[in-house]
Order: sequence, then structure tokens, then C-alpha cells
Amino acid sequence: MSVYDKYQPVIGLEVHAQLLTNTKAFSWEASEYGALPNTNVTVVTLAHPGTLPKGNKKAVEFAIKMGVACGCTITRYNFFDRKNYFYPDLPKGYQITQDKTPICVGGTISIKTKDGLVKNIALNRIHMEEDAGKSMHLAEELDTLVDLNRAGTPLIEIVSEPDIRTSEEAYVFLSEIRKLVRYLEVCDGNMEEGSMRCDANISVMLKGAKEYGKKVEVKNMNSIRNVQRAIDYEIKRQIDLLEEGHSINSETRTFDASTGDTYSMRSKEDLNDYRYFPEPDLQPIVVSDEWLTSIKEKMPALPQELVKKFTETYGLPEYDALVLTEDKEIALYFDKICAQTNNFKAASNWMMGAVKSYLNELTLSINDFPLQPQQIAELIALVDSNSVSNSAAKDKIYPALIASPTKSAQKIAEELDLIQQSDTSALGRFVDEVLAKYPDKVAQYKGGKTGLLGLFMGEVMKLSGGKADPKITTELLKKQLDA
Amino acid sequence: MSLRTYFSLQEIQNEISQSQLTCTELVAQYLHNIEKKKHLNVFLEVYAEEATAKAKEVDAKIANGTAGRLAGMVIGLKDVLCHKDHGLQGSSKILSQFVSQFNGTAIQRILDEDAIVIGRQSCDEFAMGSSNEKSAFGPVLNEADNSRVPGGSSGASAVAVQADLCLASLGSDTGGSVRQPAAFCGVVGLKPTYSRVSRFGLIAYASSFDCIGPITRSVEDAALLLEIIAGKDDYDSTVSQSTVPQYSNLLNFNKKVKIGYLKESVESEGVSFEIREKLQNTIDKLKTDGHELTPIELPYLDYLLPVYYILTTAEASTNLSRYDGVRYGMRSANTKDLESMYKKTREEGFGKEVKKRIMLGTFVLSASYFDAYYNKAQKVRRLIKDSSVKLFEQYDFLLMPTTPTTAFKIGEMNEDPLAMYLADIFTVHANLAGLPAISLPIGKDSSGLPIGMQLVSNYFEEDSLLAFSKYLMNKN
Repeated sequence: MSVYDKYQPVIGLEVHAQLLTNTKAFSWEASEYGALPNTNVTVVTLAHPGTLPKGNKKAVEFAIKMGVACGCTITRYNFFDRKNYFYPDLPKGYQITQDKTPICVGGTISIKTKDGLVKNIALNRIHMEEDAGKSMHLAEELDTLVDLNRAGTPLIEIVSEPDIRTSEEAYVFLSEIRKLVRYLEVCDGNMEEGSMRCDANISVMLKGAKEYGKKVEVKNMNSIRNVQRAIDYEIKRQIDLLEEGHSINSETRTFDASTGDTYSMRSKEDLNDYRYFPEPDLQPIVVSDEWLTSIKEKMPALPQELVKKFTETYGLPEYDALVLTEDKEIALYFDKICAQTNNFKAASNWMMGAVKSYLNELTLSINDFPLQPQQIAELIALVDSNSVSNSAAKDKIYPALIASPTKSAQKIAEELDLIQQSDTSALGRFVDEVLAKYPDKVAQYKGGKTGLLGLFMGEVMKLSGGKADPKITTELLKKQLDA
Repeated sequence: MSLRTYFSLQEIQNEISQSQLTCTELVAQYLHNIEKKKHLNVFLEVYAEEATAKAKEVDAKIANGTAGRLAGMVIGLKDVLCHKDHGLQGSSKILSQFVSQFNGTAIQRILDEDAIVIGRQSCDEFAMGSSNEKSAFGPVLNEADNSRVPGGSSGASAVAVQADLCLASLGSDTGGSVRQPAAFCGVVGLKPTYSRVSRFGLIAYASSFDCIGPITRSVEDAALLLEIIAGKDDYDSTVSQSTVPQYSNLLNFNKKVKIGYLKESVESEGVSFEIREKLQNTIDKLKTDGHELTPIELPYLDYLLPVYYILTTAEASTNLSRYDGVRYGMRSANTKDLESMYKKTREEGFGKEVKKRIMLGTFVLSASYFDAYYNKAQKVRRLIKDSSVKLFEQYDFLLMPTTPTTAFKIGEMNEDPLAMYLADIFTVHANLAGLPAISLPIGKDSSGLPIGMQLVSNYFEEDSLLAFSKYLMNKN
């Protein structure tokens, strides 16, 4: 047993998600990524004297949506708090946040790890707050530059309980959150651009211990993969320290993606006293029954609900359901096909096979896919009715359909002359012809070389110009040969 | 030039309509007075050219019948009100050279009604003070006695009206900053119900207390100004959504009312004898007129000042965090790094009183003292509000002196800041409770110093408060 197996890591995550509102949390200017520095700033963002914050109802609705999706209790009487500290990218000298009355309390995120175990990670809270600006330390620049475009954009912070035990669980947890915010369309979930950010609180204790070890906060991971790397590194670092007889410092560390290491930023001892108190410039927000109900009514289907529907109603294997719900738009597209066919497994195969490979090849999203769900359902119907073979549908009709998406699948099948012969009298003639042509092979077949069936089949196909329905042909052949 | 003193906009508009006066002449007269009374140190900036040009414009509008309701009103603004493209610095060094990029809601509304803004008036730095001695630009003098303070923090705004430098001023009142100087200067000062007027464009001192209020010679002008500046506003989420009555048309008063007068105001040794005497006279007159007057005790009187100073300094300490030298205003020349930039800028930029209040506020909000001070003070504030609601179940108005004394000497309180804080003892109650209150001039003491009387009404009952005030003023 390795020394690392003696220890139990304990991990809690804090996820910041930038909300996709058109305007800032407490001001009226646009909040968008990638604008020129300091262009999305008004007197409010700049904290000019005499300015006041202005509530953003959309941001509240987005936070509530996330809370409903995670099964949180929605706080009905919300006020904001000021978190006071000085920093150049914080124009007011305080951040408007929710300390005492987070809009969402409790809730869980259900995760499934590679070995198939399902685990519920409890949430402590989800609260609303505003983002700070960005301080930039450019290599060729002596001064620190500040871009305030991001200052005041609305965020939710999702805080988990320390329920996570491995870096893999953290990875899946974050993937689930990203999937959720994207399904809900409250955040684009893009960690590379910083619209979703994660801080990890990590400690280790001896297995079986009752008390958690001293925790270390790690920041600045710009991808889900890097969160996993940072946690792995940190667990090892902490265990090594303990094994060498050192103790763990409660501190904030930063992750360096190029080395995979973490570095100390500041010790928890120089912790700021943030002097939280209720923000007197904003009216408390009361979430009425009506408002909550209307938000709940507008909730889109969530990934786990769709997995349930796909497995239980459509009878799909769980694997299919999980792959199909990875992306909301794919899932919804698939669901639309299923509204027009009963062959759900075929629909799933089309989505996971031909459709996805087309999208991947051209790096398109399903929204740019040229075919309507109806057209995929038609393809399935053509195959199911034995009008065309599966391979003809996939290799010939499907590409032709993509090339001319206004046509119907049936029309293209006819144009390409791919409609199968399923007329038994016509096929019967071909079968007779073939069997008459190879009397010796017929004799061998009857003598036990049943593998020769393929040869007869191929010949019938040739005669029919490739349009013989293989199923019916096989039946006819067998009838004659086995008689 | 005829130098006549106008007491109300109505008088001015009457003369204009009879072609006896133009706005241009009026502005010239006020500019003349301002020049003559420069020693009072009222204005930080006088907009002579701009006001003259605006006067011409308003004269033209009057001629073709398109003038707004404040045509003929020449007004001054306390240096805490955002006026687009004009200097704004809360009478503090830390906002040196700062120019506001927008009009506050109240300012926009008076400009839309053709008020002529004549200048920016000094005040105690960031509206913190009761004497106007705490301005970075030196003390402002009381016109009644130049060795005395005008009160504060809107001291200069009150002197401007008192000394006829403009017809009216807009000030701000966080603990009495409109009413106390109005009392010291013998003019009318109105603090509306909290949230009646948008705070957008008012430099924040203590957000849950701050109110913009007019300082005028007449109750009528106070009513008209409030009517124009009050009401809902998209830029202030805390402003009241309730409709604004036409105060200026609701000034008739012919009811018998129940008034609770503060027992201390006629009994306490802490209130100067002459003020008690004047109050007693008023009380007697009102009784004779058939009103019901009952002596009352103001609930939690001993807690008013402590609670006020805990909560206002707490809010102020964070409201003033934005003055950090990063984006605008002053930045100390003695900075080496980020930390010294913050420290030096704030050390050099703020005056002593402001620094004192920031430190007090930081202390009461700090984690180890939050419950003992801030939280407890909030609870007492709640009790004060609840008890006020109860009081107005019994009484239509509360009556008390605006101040325990008349204007004190410049420098007199320097050694005793607590005595200075006591000057606000009767006014802070309305701010703690959020009630509307008005200070009315009711005469002078034997040295000729003005005495103010304060009336308080129930929430959002400015209409009856103003009507009763007019009735009272006509009696005196």
C-alpha cells in the first residue's frame, strides 16, 4: 500500500459563473466578452460620486433557475451585502454580494464517476454578486493596467459542501455544472475565457479520521482539466508534507498550468476583514410565489430528466442517453426525431453516428445542421419499410440529402434509384435464375456448405441492380434451398 | 438697479408677468449680491456667464409662453449634487478638479422646469458636520452675525438664501443638515420622507439616511420644489414608487389638529431659555386656535445620537472607499506603491472630521464589534421607527425646537466635538425614523439670532406638513 492510500482527500469547490445578461448586474451598460478595454463602463461602473446601483431582474431569474435545477431552497427575502476591500479593479471599494441571504440554499449536484457510481454532492449555497475588473500585469509595462469592462457583470457563485473526495469527482462535478448552466442558458460555461471560474478548497486527513485537515485554497485554473490537475498536485503536495513531518499552512495558492504546480499567494493569517453589512443602496428583492412559479414554468428540460426520458420512455441504453444529453441542442434535436419515429434506437444511432461525425468533421453545432429532424425520421422510415437498405440510406441518400436539404429522403432515394425490390414475384424470378445458373453450388449448399448463401445473394443483387431487399431475398433463397 | 428682496417665486413671477422684472435683471441682482457678500464664503463657484445666458433663454421662453414652472427661480446647489459638466467635490480636497458627467435626478428635474443654477455652494466636507467649518475651503459665515457659524452641513446653502444670494438652494439632510442651518439662518428647510426624492446624483454620506431637501424663504417654494424633485426614478431602486401630491396646490389648512410637543423643548435646561420661550408662545397660540397640544417624550431620546453616529459612520466608511486616487480626483504625489497610494491619497485628501468618521465606521463594522455596535444600533433604529409609527397614531404632528441653541461662534465647539454633535439632537430623530420634517423660522433671540422650530409629520404626509407650516408662518 502506497503512503498516498493512507490519506483521504476532502475537496470543496466554489464555482463562479458569469451570467449571460445583456447588461451589468447593477448598471445599464453592456456586459460582453472581448470588448476593447474600458469601453463598457459608465459612471456607475467607475463608481463616480452620486451614482447608485440598479437592480437587474434577469440576473435574479438566472440565479433562481440554477437553484431550481439543483433542488435548492429559494430564499424569498433577499438583500445584498457589501464586501469591503481596497483593490484597483474594485471601483467602489466594495463588492455587492450576498452574504447573509444567499438566493439559493442547499441543493445537490448528482455525479456519476467512471466506475458507474452515482454520488450526490451537496451544495451549501448559490449566491448573486458582481464581478470585479481585471488587473493586467503586462510584460513590457511597468504599471499595472486595469480594465473595468468586467467590473459589475453579474455572477452566481455556487459553493459545494466538502463532499468531493477525488480529483475525478471534482472533474465530473464541474462538467455537470457546466452542462447545467449551458442547458439553462444562464452562462456560456467557458472556463478558458473566464466566464466560468473555479476555486478549490483542498485538505487531506488520515482515512477514518473525524476531523478535516487544514485546507488550502487553490485559484486560477482555467479549464476543468486543470482543476483536476491542480487537485492531484495539491493532494500529493500535502501528503508529502505530512509524511515528512511538516504541517499544512492554511493559505491561498495559485495554479500554474505550464508546470502543473501550485504556488503560495497569501497566507490566511493576513485575511481581510471584509466588514460585510447590508447594502443600503438596493431595495431587498422579494421572490413572490407568482414569480417563482413563472420561472419554474419556463425551465427547460434538464440533462438528468432527459436521460431518464431517453432510457425509460425510449428504451435507449444509458450510454446512448448520456452521449445524447451531453449537449442540450443535440438532445433536443434527437427528441424531435423521436416525435416522428418509433424506432428510437435507430434515431440514436443516426445521431451518434452519421449526424455527429458530420458535425465534428466541419466543427458545426447542431444549430447549423442542414437537415430537419423530420428528414432523419424519414430516412429511418425508408429503412424500416425495407424500401432502402441501411447502407444505402447512410452512404448514399444521407450525403445527397445534405447536399440538397430541401428535397425529401424518399425523392432522393427514387432519384438515385435505390428503392429496393421487395416484390416477391420479381425477386423470385431472379432467385430461380441464379439457382439455375449454379447447380453445382446448389448441390454443395445442400451438402452442408450453407456459407454459399452469400454467393447466391450477391448474384441476385447483381441481377436486381443492387435494389433487391436482402431480407426478402434471403427468405426466398432459403425457401428454395432448404426445401 | 432696484435691490428688492423676493420672498417667493410667486412674487417674482408676478413681477415678470407685469413686465416689471426679467430673469436677466434678477440674475444680475443676485450676482451683484454675491459679489457684495463674498466674505460670507458661500460659493465655491459662481456660474455668472452661464446663469446670465440661461436667464436670457428663460426670458425668451416666458415671452413665447413655453417656460417651465420654475422660470424665475435662481437657485444654488450644495456641493454634493451632481450637475453635469460642473465641478463637484463635496467641499473636499480629495475630489479636486472633479467634474460630474451627469445630472442627478433632482437637478435634471429642476433644470427641465427652467430653474437657473447660479453656483455651487460650500458645505461641511462630504456633508459631515453641523457648522460648515469642516469645508476644505474654510468656514462659511452667518449673515446674521459674521462671527457665528451658519450651521451645517448645508450651511452655505442656508446663508445663500438668508443673505439673498439666490432665491432657494438644494441641500442634503442626513441628520439635520438642511433643517439645522435653516434654523441658524432664519429660513425654511425641508427634509422629505426618506426615499421621497431620488438619491441618484447625491454624493453618498449615509445611504439609508440621506435626503435631498430645499432651503427657501417661503413654505410655498419648498412645496413647489419638492413637488418637482420628488417621485420614482429608474436610477434609484430605493426611491418610493408612490405618486407625488401637488404640494403647491394643497397648502390650504383649516383643520383642528393634535400636536405632540416635546416636553424638553419647554422644560429642559439643555434648551436655551429664549428658544423655550418662543416655543411656549407658539404652543399657546395654537391652543388658543383650538388645536390640541400634548407634551410628549421622544422615545429613545438618549439613544438617538449614539445610534445615529454608529449607523451613519458605518455607511460612510464604505461609501467613501471609492475615493482612492485610482480613477479620478486627487492622487497624492508621495506614492511609491499601491498601498502608499491609498494611504497617502486618503491621508492628504480627507479632512480630520471625515477621517474620524471613516475610522469610527470601520471600527463598528469590523468582525469583532459588528454585533455589539452595528447590529445593536440597527435594532434600536427599528424600535425608533416602530415607536414613531405609534406616535402618529395619536398625533398629527410633532413639534420641537430645531436646535437647542441659536448659532454658535466659529471655533467655539472645536474643543468639544460631542457638544457639536448635540446640536443635532432634535433633528436626527427624523432621519433615524425616515420621517419628513421641516424647520420654520419663528423669530429671533435678543442678540438677533434666528430661532427655528421643527415640525415632523407621518411618513409621506408632506402635503399636510407643508400646509400646516404655511398656516403657522402666517400666524407669526
